[in-house]
Amino acid sequence: MSTVVQPTTIIQPTIGWGSPNIGELWAHRDLVYFLIWRDIKVRYKQTVLGAGWAVMQPVLTMAVFSLFFGKLVKVPSDGLPYALFTYVGLVPWTFVANGLMQASNSLVGSSNLLTKVYFPRLAIPVAAVIAGALDFVFAFSLVFGMMLYYHVAPGAYIVFVPVFVLLSVLVALGVSLWLSALHVQYRDVKYILPFFLQFWMFATPIAYPSSLLHEPWRTLYAINPMVGAVEGLRWSLLGTNTAPGAMVLVSAVIAILLLAGGAYYFRRMERTFADVV
Amino acid sequence: MSCAIRAEGLGKRYQIGQLQSGHTTLRDGLLALCRAPLRAARRRAAAAQRDNEIWALNNATFEIKAGDVVGLIGRNGAGKSTLLKILSRITEPTCGRAEVNGRVGSLLEVGTGFHAELTGRENIFLYGAILGMHKGEIARKFDEIVEFSQIGKFLDTPVKHYSSGMHMRLAFSVAAHLDPEILLVDEVLAVGDSRFQRKCLNKMEDVAHGGRTIIFVSHNISAITRICQRAISLEEGRIIDDGVAHEVASRYMTRGLGTRALREWSDLRHAPGGDVCRLAAVRVRDHAGTVTDTIDIREAVGIEIEYEVLEDGHILRPDFHLWNDDGIRLFAALDQDQEWRRRRRPAGRFVSTGWIPGNFLAEGHFFADVNICVLDPEISLVRESSVVSFQVVDSMEGDSSRGDFGGHFAGVVRPKLHWTTDYSLAESMVS
Repeated sequence: MSTVVQPTTIIQPTIGWGSPNIGELWAHRDLVYFLIWRDIKVRYKQTVLGAGWAVMQPVLTMAVFSLFFGKLVKVPSDGLPYALFTYVGLVPWTFVANGLMQASNSLVGSSNLLTKVYFPRLAIPVAAVIAGALDFVFAFSLVFGMMLYYHVAPGAYIVFVPVFVLLSVLVALGVSLWLSALHVQYRDVKYILPFFLQFWMFATPIAYPSSLLHEPWRTLYAINPMVGAVEGLRWSLLGTNTAPGAMVLVSAVIAILLLAGGAYYFRRMERTFADVV
Repeated sequence: MSCAIRAEGLGKRYQIGQLQSGHTTLRDGLLALCRAPLRAARRRAAAAQRDNEIWALNNATFEIKAGDVVGLIGRNGAGKSTLLKILSRITEPTCGRAEVNGRVGSLLEVGTGFHAELTGRENIFLYGAILGMHKGEIARKFDEIVEFSQIGKFLDTPVKHYSSGMHMRLAFSVAAHLDPEILLVDEVLAVGDSRFQRKCLNKMEDVAHGGRTIIFVSHNISAITRICQRAISLEEGRIIDDGVAHEVASRYMTRGLGTRALREWSDLRHAPGGDVCRLAAVRVRDHAGTVTDTIDIREAVGIEIEYEVLEDGHILRPDFHLWNDDGIRLFAALDQDQEWRRRRRPAGRFVSTGWIPGNFLAEGHFFADVNICVLDPEISLVRESSVVSFQVVDSMEGDSSRGDFGGHFAGVVRPKLHWTTDYSLAESMVS
């Protein structure tokens, strides 16, 4: 007689909204790891530039912004070199935007898996977002090079950088859960997403500083959670004197609400994924 | 014995529209939202819409003991796959409850988790993780998996360069080494060449003997009777039969849902043939004369051809050809009845039956083509392919050509031979 306790699973219809099964996702962490690893490996195998794209994308956008907004329109940049100013905004933005692009399509893209094998469905969009972290690291490392070049020394606040990176990750995860689940039901998401990302980028202080706004509008502006992430990163890294405390707080609350709402919505839709996708 | 699966009143309802169109668009969603205020008024109309619902699975209640090997049989759409999908948690039931004790592994179409760009080695880890294995577990079984799959030196080649056979072998090897307590298998044997199918089947038998609980769905009834002790038969989402595998299988067969033991043309004017003669019916009969499509391997089986001769004075010769489900034509049999051979026939009904002896065909499915020729000169009047089919089963009582052997048995025919044994003392022992 073996004394191994076998896991018992109860299968029954979920009543009401159900709660997100984070414990199960943790139990399948190896799966998340392999999905991330697959996404990264395949992308770096298939593209000639590989890691180069991670840097090219924000760098090229920075060049365009510097030319039009920095040189021609002369948008203020909180007293910092415009290129550095906008690049620090572009790095987290690129991470979030790419994460959303990958994740929103992730469930539909793995429809054959959804209908054939059981595993926590959360693993798919979560892995799609986190797979972008490596790109983020590459793009972010260039920030230090630029700071050296422009002679911008980081202050003590640099210790808060991880907080704002985490905030970006929360935003990307939260919105991804909504979009990926919506996409299973409504294929319109694919067409809406590019516009949505474009609007969102210009609604985020990437090409311009949020200091253009006065209080209380600035704090209200942070309802866009990327405002807190971008301004916070600039403050901690470049020492802008925008003191984004209230903004960061508002953005963080919104990001957490988005994530929690997304997780619940995902849980609700998850049951019918295999039937609908 | 403890209980592996206990299901009570499991049901799954689909909207027919949902099944057909799959995803909705945002437009439909928005329209539905706009119409929401009107919804109450429409609720009554919606009740009429219930017709658009189908229960893919309805009130399924059963218990499966740990170590049982259970086959699910039924036509397409009977609810077999839905039941497996619910038990493997791919989809949620609409109602009911099931308790599953132990890790569940499902082989619903192997290899769907492969990524073409990754190498065989990488895919073993990826697919293993998708099936629910931990990294350490995959690493531990890695050599065994590679060994079974026989892909050897292609291990570090991207899977996109694999032949479909290699692809299948690798996928099945990973899945077969999952070692779950409960294994759900859906039609894995429908893919791959017949040699590989056999290998899978053998592996499944090994797993079954290893004391695992297996639920096995297949259209291949002989595979089910071979592997499973018990079978559950489903029809239109309901469990209609449950019991000893070969009994359930034979009841399923005689219900006329699977193979066809009988083909009749009620309106002779549209029956195959011409002005000289027309085919009226073809039947498969067992040794007792009953029309059946399940034949005991030890018993003779008769292919009965009924036809109406409409014109006097022709020499006719009915015949049939027998095929197995690998598409091999086993033989052709021409009517050799001395009484009517070379004799001109009058108009009227004729029934010609050719008897295939017992202990001759192998287990499996067989199809018969039926022809009727007029001779002198030879012209084919009736030419019907796969008119009837039947299956041959071995009840494993030990007196067939198998003897006590229970494993995979090769060969398209299985005659029971007369064996003799001579015995003498060895030379060295005489002296």
